Amino acid sequence: MKESRTNNIIVTLITTTNLLVAFIISGIVIWSLGEDPWFALKTMLYGAFGYEEGLGYTLYYTTNFIFTGLAFAVCFHCGLFNIGAEGQAYIGGMAVGLICLWFENWPLLLVFPLAVVVSIIFGGLWGAIPGYLKGRHGSHEVVTTIMFNFIASVVMVYLLSHVLRPPEKMSPESRVFAEKVWIPQMHEIFDWFGIIITQTPLNGTFFFALVCLFLVWRFIWYTRWGYELRTVGTSESAAIYAGINVSRNIVIAMTIGGGLSGFVGINEIMGSSHRIMLNFQEGIGFTGIAVSLIGRNHPLGILLASLLFGILYQGGAELSFEVQSIDRHMVVLIQGLVILFAGALENLFRPQIENIVKHFLPKINVTKLF
Amino acid sequence: MKRLIPIILTTGIVIWSTSLAMAFKPAVLFDMGGKFDKSFNEGIWNGLEKFRKETGIKYREFEVRQEAQREQFLRKLASRGSDPILAVGFGQADAVAKVAKEFPNTRFSIIDVGWLDAPNIQGIAFKEHEGSFLVGVLAAMKSKTGKVGFVGGMDIPLIHKFACGYVQGVKHINSGTTVFQKMTGTTPAAWSDPARGAQLAKTMYDSGADIVYAAAGSTGLGVLQAAADNKKLSIGVDSNQNHIQPGSVLTSMLKRVDVAAYQVFKSAQDGTWESGVKILGLAEEGVGWALDEHNSNLVSSAMKSKVGQVRKDIISGKISVHDYMSNNKCPVN
Repeated sequence: MKESRTNNIIVTLITTTNLLVAFIISGIVIWSLGEDPWFALKTMLYGAFGYEEGLGYTLYYTTNFIFTGLAFAVCFHCGLFNIGAEGQAYIGGMAVGLICLWFENWPLLLVFPLAVVVSIIFGGLWGAIPGYLKGRHGSHEVVTTIMFNFIASVVMVYLLSHVLRPPEKMSPESRVFAEKVWIPQMHEIFDWFGIIITQTPLNGTFFFALVCLFLVWRFIWYTRWGYELRTVGTSESAAIYAGINVSRNIVIAMTIGGGLSGFVGINEIMGSSHRIMLNFQEGIGFTGIAVSLIGRNHPLGILLASLLFGILYQGGAELSFEVQSIDRHMVVLIQGLVILFAGALENLFRPQIENIVKHFLPKINVTKLF
Repeated sequence: MKRLIPIILTTGIVIWSTSLAMAFKPAVLFDMGGKFDKSFNEGIWNGLEKFRKETGIKYREFEVRQEAQREQFLRKLASRGSDPILAVGFGQADAVAKVAKEFPNTRFSIIDVGWLDAPNIQGIAFKEHEGSFLVGVLAAMKSKTGKVGFVGGMDIPLIHKFACGYVQGVKHINSGTTVFQKMTGTTPAAWSDPARGAQLAKTMYDSGADIVYAAAGSTGLGVLQAAADNKKLSIGVDSNQNHIQPGSVLTSMLKRVDVAAYQVFKSAQDGTWESGVKILGLAEEGVGWALDEHNSNLVSSAMKSKVGQVRKDIISGKISVHDYMSNNKCPVN
């Protein structure tokens, strides 16, 4: 118990330190551009939290990252490196969109569960095929999932530019669904309780994302399936020795991951844009990898990391809007530094921090701290 | 005291007029490609920079990165009092339509959109098929092998519109000429893949084509390079690209987005801005073909007079160029 608490402290400290370093370097870059880093930081935080609209957009981006972050984490616990969330979200979202187009006269209470089911089926299928190829034939999932991203992209381009695009429309996108099947937006939900808030793309899917966080947490640590999954991820040979069907677990993990990615479509298509669009998932899937790694593949960490990237997306956009000399590439640089330090170089300061913690911890009573 | 009055008056007028100039706060919302895409967005940027240098009036700008940001930042610009707001690209159309309704006193202009109708929206579209028809005429007259090529960017109707106009122009001169057509890709990455552009052009040159027209953003730069390397000819697009590979670029199909963007700010400033759809074709000089010192040796006087004649015929309506986007079909291939 004590051991794991010490470990939690170390992990938290490492992540915080890494983020701090990333922000300090971003600050130096901003300063070298002739801008005030403090002002930039304040603008960014104000843009992300300071007022209702900013907060709404931040949480709207957060919702997407929760889904793809979880999608990566579930597979990671099974020892898989699923980089196909983009494609899985794309196909899952397409299915959600088609359901909305076909059943737009049905009540939302029926269409929503239907959309959830089809996004699990289609997104899941898009994950399950690489999963099957890995489990049965040993094809590496990094190669197959990224290929499936390309296949998804080509399929969607074909569908959007040749099948779904109304002839009068120029952009490759479907028509807008009937308002009946739109997921209520946050300002509408608050309005039911008589509270008026600013309109943003943030919608009811946010609550669904929180439910998914909880379910994934229960699934991975409190079910037999989750236990099998983690066993396969920790040691495949031990899993075989214990009589666990490795290839079945790989397929299950990839299916769940794909299904979770597919939920991006619910937030983006059913909740925000209300039509199927080209590249609605762009970048969300890949950011999910960073989110999951920074959040240590734990739902709570993923929630926090999703929020961090929500802040970076929304606050970063505000920053480049307010400070005209900082353009959007600068914002990408800051995001990149965060990924570099908190994701890729996570063990950079580990020895020092471990030493410090181990030096000080015996002197204080850990249990009192928590 | 009497002597002071004119001074006070003039200072007053100066302050009043500068405050008027201050009140003019134009803004632009670039599309996903970003303002330095060496193509469409950059053309707009060039036009706006010209305006800024001439008038000294700064403009606010934002480059969209996320789909949801279109609406968000259009609204933000409008609520901060920016006017007029220029939106770049058809991708912004729905967002402009929505936000324009919320800010009826703000003027919105959008480039590449010809279907929005609101009292405060000005849509600007181009007849790319007419300009492409002209360069098709030039290509067919210049070609010795009877084979020419077309390299498009992303496989979307707008690029088919370029291709279809071009093929019609080629067949207008010589119906026996073969036209090879290739789209670079199906994702936005197809706009920025010069290596692939060079490869596609090389294949066409190897199959006997001697002129390739590129309508593919910066992918087209690869086509121009391949033409120079293989001692063949190419045709540029959007802005005048003749200077990029002097001597091997036959001409460029001009789509004057820079002029259009400049006009939006200028007309809004002097009060002549009008809502409604402006379709800029050959007659309005919104599209055309480029002739300068870099390609004057390549274009014979016979070609010049022929293309001049065709241009007149299109304007007068004697030749009608089919617009691919009117029915998503091209009568010739």
